[in-house]
Amino acid sequence: MDLNLTSEEMQFRDELRSWLAAHVPSDWAERREESLESRFEYLRAWQRKLFAGGWAGVSWPKQYGGRGASLMQQVIFWQELALASAPPMANTLGLGLIGPTIIAFGTEAQKTRFLAKILSAEEIWCQGFSEPNAGSDLASLQTEARLDGNSYVVNGLKTWNSYGWVADWCELVVRTDPNVPKHKGLTVLLVDMKSAGISVRPLRQITGESEFAEVSFRDVRVPAENVVGNVNQGWNVAIGTLMHERGTFGAGLQITFRRNMERLIELAGSLRRNGRSAAQDPLVRQKLAQCYAEIEVMRWNQMRAFSRLNATGVPGPEGSIQKIFWSELNQRLQQAAQELLGPYGQLAGSSRHSVDKGTWAYGYLRSRGNTIEAGTSEIQRNIIGHFVLGLPRSY
Amino acid sequence: MQFGLNESQEILQQNARQFFAGECPMTHVRHLAESKQPYDPTLWSKMATQGYTGIIFPEKYDGLGLGKVELILLMEEAGRALLPGPFWSTVALAGAVIDAVASDRQKARYLTPICRGQARSTLALLEAGATWDLADAKLAAADGRLTGEKLFVLDADVADFIVVAGQTGVFLVEAQAPGLSITPMPALDLTRNFDALQFKDTPAEKLGEATNLAPALNLATAALVAEMVGGMQRVLDLTVDYAKMRKQFGKPIGTFQAVQHQCADMYLETESSRSAAYYAAWALEHDAPDAATATSIAKMYASDACRAVGNRGIQIHGGNGFAWENDLHLYYRRAKASETMLGDATFHRERIARLVIDSITTGCSHDGSSR
Repeated sequence: MDLNLTSEEMQFRDELRSWLAAHVPSDWAERREESLESRFEYLRAWQRKLFAGGWAGVSWPKQYGGRGASLMQQVIFWQELALASAPPMANTLGLGLIGPTIIAFGTEAQKTRFLAKILSAEEIWCQGFSEPNAGSDLASLQTEARLDGNSYVVNGLKTWNSYGWVADWCELVVRTDPNVPKHKGLTVLLVDMKSAGISVRPLRQITGESEFAEVSFRDVRVPAENVVGNVNQGWNVAIGTLMHERGTFGAGLQITFRRNMERLIELAGSLRRNGRSAAQDPLVRQKLAQCYAEIEVMRWNQMRAFSRLNATGVPGPEGSIQKIFWSELNQRLQQAAQELLGPYGQLAGSSRHSVDKGTWAYGYLRSRGNTIEAGTSEIQRNIIGHFVLGLPRSY
Repeated sequence: MQFGLNESQEILQQNARQFFAGECPMTHVRHLAESKQPYDPTLWSKMATQGYTGIIFPEKYDGLGLGKVELILLMEEAGRALLPGPFWSTVALAGAVIDAVASDRQKARYLTPICRGQARSTLALLEAGATWDLADAKLAAADGRLTGEKLFVLDADVADFIVVAGQTGVFLVEAQAPGLSITPMPALDLTRNFDALQFKDTPAEKLGEATNLAPALNLATAALVAEMVGGMQRVLDLTVDYAKMRKQFGKPIGTFQAVQHQCADMYLETESSRSAAYYAAWALEHDAPDAATATSIAKMYASDACRAVGNRGIQIHGGNGFAWENDLHLYYRRAKASETMLGDATFHRERIARLVIDSITTGCSHDGSSR
């Protein structure tokens, strides 16, 4: 056990830190009230800058535009980005989920065609997984693809596609064989979102924004060479993607929580409760200390998981505890903020009385989705029960 | 960065697991618990032969000179086996305090017999009121003699000497010293005894200053958390096995999500406590700036988690979990004792607040230490 960075990791971090110090834009936080589209273009420009600096795809192979560094350096990268209050990168799903899936399961031609453009944010990706009638029971999905000559013809409806409104490409899970048990008839396709027959409708969510979209496919033709992995073995590919989503995706999240926590403590120092500073109120102290501690436990859990991943190369089902941990923790953290701020916590950024430009009101609502997106807490607990603890399947 | 065990640590862990499984099976634990005498001299001398009683102490005192991470691994296995008796109190509590505060001459005199398995010890800290705040240890010494009372002292009845935290320093009292009387305080945990100590003009040797107590208690705390983790893991294993075997409505109860999700939570709580215990041990070993905070976080998290794991474990066992014959209650009792020992979650949340919140809001923390 050695929790210190190796000299190579240290050198990587220092080099990254000085690059970030020179390049991180300072005006991201002020753009909360701008439209989703204009904020997205801002993030795309930022990712391009990172790519040009050689920082996109830290652990991806060099031949596809990555840096060829270790997974641990990739983790350090996400952490340093958060530590520097840098904006996130535009191509979140391409970088975190779809790129790693193509690296693991894709053909040489697919890697050459797609990976570099994910890194440069030239092509933005979304995931076509959930359907109106296939959420937790993903394998029951009904979007179908029939082989017709050299292409598949896709028909169906996908929903809750993050970045669906801006994506150029989609990792789409479809049913290619309706006559076998549900897990065995699925295939993953890479679909050009500009294909004829695709229509995208933004989904307005609880926060009032539209991060997600509903995407319908009517006789959409997809070249057969765009199958990832083998036909009818798409479930393994999809699970591979989801494991990345659960296991490694949260690397920078811990730092973001930590920064929110430190801000909350600062706010407690400036507010009054029961005739004294809220930071001196015993109950406030108990709640803040609990949140602070859990954020640290999350960090240590992640460090153990990343070390395991670095050794084995593939995220395992134990990633489900990371997903449960961060999502439920963020909800507790946001609730603690609401209790501390009282009605101020509810103010939108447009109010001149607002605290931190409405971050806390937004965060409270947005965190409500955390235990649902990327696999509900209930599904994560099923995964732990069956795949980690070996309990019988419940369904 | 590598947050996993190296090869020699894995060997130590495996050896300890096999040792306790062979030498301290549950039948033996139950026998010791029901006889109300948790200390077993034969088992103790076998542990000494393994080097366990001197695991963290320097080789010049006949210890193994290993690190704090190794201690944590050993404690975890001891916790899994529910090792009865004064091991934690001798090695991780009294031994660690002696190592931290005493002179070289005193260490040679007291640590050597501990390492060799010839002596057992404990720390007398709490007084009436039972607060874990070190400032509340008021027992005073005058002319090398102690007069007063210490309560909730673990396994003092089998100690050869007792380390006493007083207002004016840390002292050592021989078990046979005049004016010392030891009375049992029967309590929940059947695998460790609480004793009340009365001192009346009892001769005491000063080991060092009370200000040096805190780092040693951090180590004792991390070791206790590791022991709690071992206990949680065992309760989880027993419960998962039971859920696979016990049938109701024609199928194993582990098929039902109401049961599965409780098991998943037990797994999450156990693994998270383990991450915290390992991190705290590493931070203490390397004197990391967050070592004290990490220790408190580990104890805070594990104190709540070990209670939750025990509750879920018994609940899933149903009526069988409530039965005396089932081993779960022995773990459940230990879990409650350990939850309270050296401060429960509420105590440590306040300590975290002092270390973290106060340093952010006022720029310095109450106890003057850095995070």
